[in-house]
Amino acid sequence: MNSIILLSVLGLGNLFLGFRRSNRLLLPAAMLMLAVVFGVNFLDWGTTESFFNDMLVVDNFSVAFTGIVVLTALLLLPFSQKYVHDGEANLAEYYSLLLFSLVGAIMMVSYNHLLMLFLGIETLSIAMYVLAGSDKRNLRSNEAALKYFLMGAFATGILLFGMALVYGATGTFVLRDISFAVQNPVNASLTPMLYIGMLLMLIGIGFKVSAAPFHFWTPDVYEGTPTFFAAFMSTVVKTAGFAAFLKLLVQAFPAAAAQGLWLPTLTAMCVLTLLIGNVGAVAQTSIKRMLAYSSVSHAGYLLIGLVAFNGQLEGASANGVFFYSLAYSVATVAAFGVLKLVADARMREDYNGLNGLAKTNPLLAFVLTVAMLSLAGIPLTGGFFGKFFVFSAAVENGYIGLVVFAVVMSMVSIYYYLRPIIAMYMNDPDATTAEPVPVSAFQSAALLLLALLTVVLGVLPGLVSGIL
Amino acid sequence: MLTVLLLLWPVAAALLLHFFKGRTARVAAFGAALVEFVLAAYAAFIFNANNSGQFSLNLPWIASAGINFHVGMDGLSLLLVLLTAFLVPIILLAAFRRNFENESVFYALVLFMETGLIGVFTAQDAFLFYFFWEVALIPIYFLAGVWGGANRAKVTFKFFLYTIVGSLFMLAGFVYLYFQTGPAANGLAAHNSDLASFYNLNLPAETQAWLFWLIFAAFAVKMPIFPFHTWQPDTYTEAPAPATMLLSGIMLKMGIYGCMRWLLPVVPLGVDRWQNLVLILAVIGIIYGAIIAIRQQDVKRLIAYSSLSHVGLMIAGVFSLTQMGLQGASIQMLAHGVNVVGMFFIADAIERRTGTRSIADLGGLTRQAPVLTVCFLVLLLGTVALPLTNGFVGEFLLLAGVYQYNAWMGAVAGVTIILGAVYLLRMFQRVMLGPDSSFTATFTDLTGAELALLVPLIVLVFWIGLFPNTFLHLSEGSVLSILNEVVKR
Repeated sequence: MNSIILLSVLGLGNLFLGFRRSNRLLLPAAMLMLAVVFGVNFLDWGTTESFFNDMLVVDNFSVAFTGIVVLTALLLLPFSQKYVHDGEANLAEYYSLLLFSLVGAIMMVSYNHLLMLFLGIETLSIAMYVLAGSDKRNLRSNEAALKYFLMGAFATGILLFGMALVYGATGTFVLRDISFAVQNPVNASLTPMLYIGMLLMLIGIGFKVSAAPFHFWTPDVYEGTPTFFAAFMSTVVKTAGFAAFLKLLVQAFPAAAAQGLWLPTLTAMCVLTLLIGNVGAVAQTSIKRMLAYSSVSHAGYLLIGLVAFNGQLEGASANGVFFYSLAYSVATVAAFGVLKLVADARMREDYNGLNGLAKTNPLLAFVLTVAMLSLAGIPLTGGFFGKFFVFSAAVENGYIGLVVFAVVMSMVSIYYYLRPIIAMYMNDPDATTAEPVPVSAFQSAALLLLALLTVVLGVLPGLVSGIL
Repeated sequence: MLTVLLLLWPVAAALLLHFFKGRTARVAAFGAALVEFVLAAYAAFIFNANNSGQFSLNLPWIASAGINFHVGMDGLSLLLVLLTAFLVPIILLAAFRRNFENESVFYALVLFMETGLIGVFTAQDAFLFYFFWEVALIPIYFLAGVWGGANRAKVTFKFFLYTIVGSLFMLAGFVYLYFQTGPAANGLAAHNSDLASFYNLNLPAETQAWLFWLIFAAFAVKMPIFPFHTWQPDTYTEAPAPATMLLSGIMLKMGIYGCMRWLLPVVPLGVDRWQNLVLILAVIGIIYGAIIAIRQQDVKRLIAYSSLSHVGLMIAGVFSLTQMGLQGASIQMLAHGVNVVGMFFIADAIERRTGTRSIADLGGLTRQAPVLTVCFLVLLLGTVALPLTNGFVGEFLLLAGVYQYNAWMGAVAGVTIILGAVYLLRMFQRVMLGPDSSFTATFTDLTGAELALLVPLIVLVFWIGLFPNTFLHLSEGSVLSILNEVVKR
């Protein structure tokens, strides 16, 4: 709760900083704010408190996921440095929108009342609609914003409709009461309505986390959205979405009858997402589009964590989702960070734009390599243990076929994750890529930290693997 | 603790190497590798051959899942750790001959890989083993891919994909076994992944039959056994000489070691089921590798196929499940490591001087380079398994082991000695003897530094050949206890 209050206040304060018309102050100020929020967030560790008549509950689960989203935003900020020197950019507004969207994300990971879930999703999404179109002179950015907005609004409608039906069937918005009502139906004739509502809610959230078959907006929107905000979209939105998803299933629909319905649905979505994400990524020539499809595929791996459901917000399943989200966020921020620096300097986003990067910018090449290996799930990186925990949780619950399929898909993923590495290390630079990409010391430090975090997660996963 | 020191030192040195440039980096890397060798030699010195599981350390790693950082050495591990620590300085010295771009990174990767290799040979926990197994793969991918020949990107990609797919199957097998084990010692987790718990599982034969292939997939690719070998000749040829030495000298032993430590005792009933098939594949590999080697025109490719053939024999020995076969494999891993590294070094020395690896372009080197000729001949005779050389001890034991299992297979596998002599002596004749060619007219003999590198290898050729017991007695206890685990069930 402290983090929500603090972020809202700081976000407003940040807007006032913008009046000074000096962008230089904004980046350190925003980073400081996030660092403070990150620290304050952990004051709530170990306690369980509820707010606003049980609408929000702050427990270890929400603190852990809040930690991920705040950390992700903090690590991402150094890559906005270009905007600092761009007089046209409305930096104060961008940062405030990011801070407010984090408030939405935190609401999504600590809701206890469907209304809060809805508010959280909307707070997060509306900020993202604006940011997707923030490159306002670029037609593709405009198109992305419009597409994201239309699709997102549609999904929100579906989600809201689902909530309404669930309310109609159970008479409550509070998660535990829904769970109680599902197990002890007052009026059996309302059961179909309840389940239709539940499925509509799954569709709505599935849309937000870009799980197939509701992923189709992802590549286009990522491609048009400025890289900095696309990175935010693929990490914070996904982490918050999955935490919300897990919470909904565990606390509102753990009953066997409900599980009998959502489990096959999610399993089917999972298989489809893995297939479309991985096979789609293979065919891309733009790295940004590849990362978009890769983000779809990671939604598939995370769905395995949901399918390996154990009915609690702790234990193998929740820990798997937590660790996976953390490792995925860190690696994705690193990948998008490098991509942004390279794309800004070289004005291209295809694989060949990376040719010879190892010679001109060894650090960038190294960090992108670590990120790619982590996304591919190779040991020594956090991504490996992310997959490992999620897969083990699923194997433990008997989903061996699903895991085998996911393993085969991650073999496919090695193909497209190695392509940037091959371009950077094994191809020679051509005329457009011979010049080193300018990187500030600040960004170098951030990139090194990201690589280090990925390796620490991959070597000492025990530090965070069992905290939930 | 000594094991942990052996694991940490190379990786620490690799990180520190970042601060050195150019020549200093070479010397620093070599110095670090020498220190590692001294450590390993010290471990061998204080090792008690009558005890198993020494220098071990068992710390919680992922406590919530019952996964431990459990390392330790028995005789078999020690032999391979010694081999690694002995060969890495030599491989680094061999790299001195070439001026690589970004030297400090190159040498750091080799040291980093050393940690991975030693980790594989000392891990006593399934997931730790898998972890090191992959840690060893990443540096070699870059060593071969960045500093390799013209075709490197494609070839190393194939290599990476083959090995990682194999490894993922192994991981799946380990995860399955993990869920069959009992609670961890710390009480936090319902299962554990310790090697000893895997040994104590009593799974039904049907389960073991398919588990066998999951685990074996990783080893089969790495060794490689026919028909999983197609990445090997290309990668050996395209990779720079030091990387090829790492691959052939040490890395392929990971597969054989893995079979001995993680396959035979863990799924003995599965091994029993497929023993015959694996032996047939191994024998096919022996003959197939040898026949293709005869047809090769490229020196490096010839050695690559010869290596394929020799590995086949080691696999056959291991799967004969006899004491002689396993002991033969242990000593042959050392012998093959020494010989193949020496052979690749000489091939590289010739290529550097003449700019070609084609047998047809070479000839008459003996006259210009008598020292090189002698070194080459010794290593070659070791490879051909002439009595009194290292190759003889290993091949004799291996063939005797295979013969014990099945006389016909032993006989067919024995042909390898004849075929080996055919292609190696033919190569020697056409490269070293005969008329000069335009490439070899200005050939110069080995320099002092190059000789200094080859001398330890040659000493070992004779040492292992004359006093095999120095090494055989180290592995005897481990081999017996592995066989004991297999027979027990």
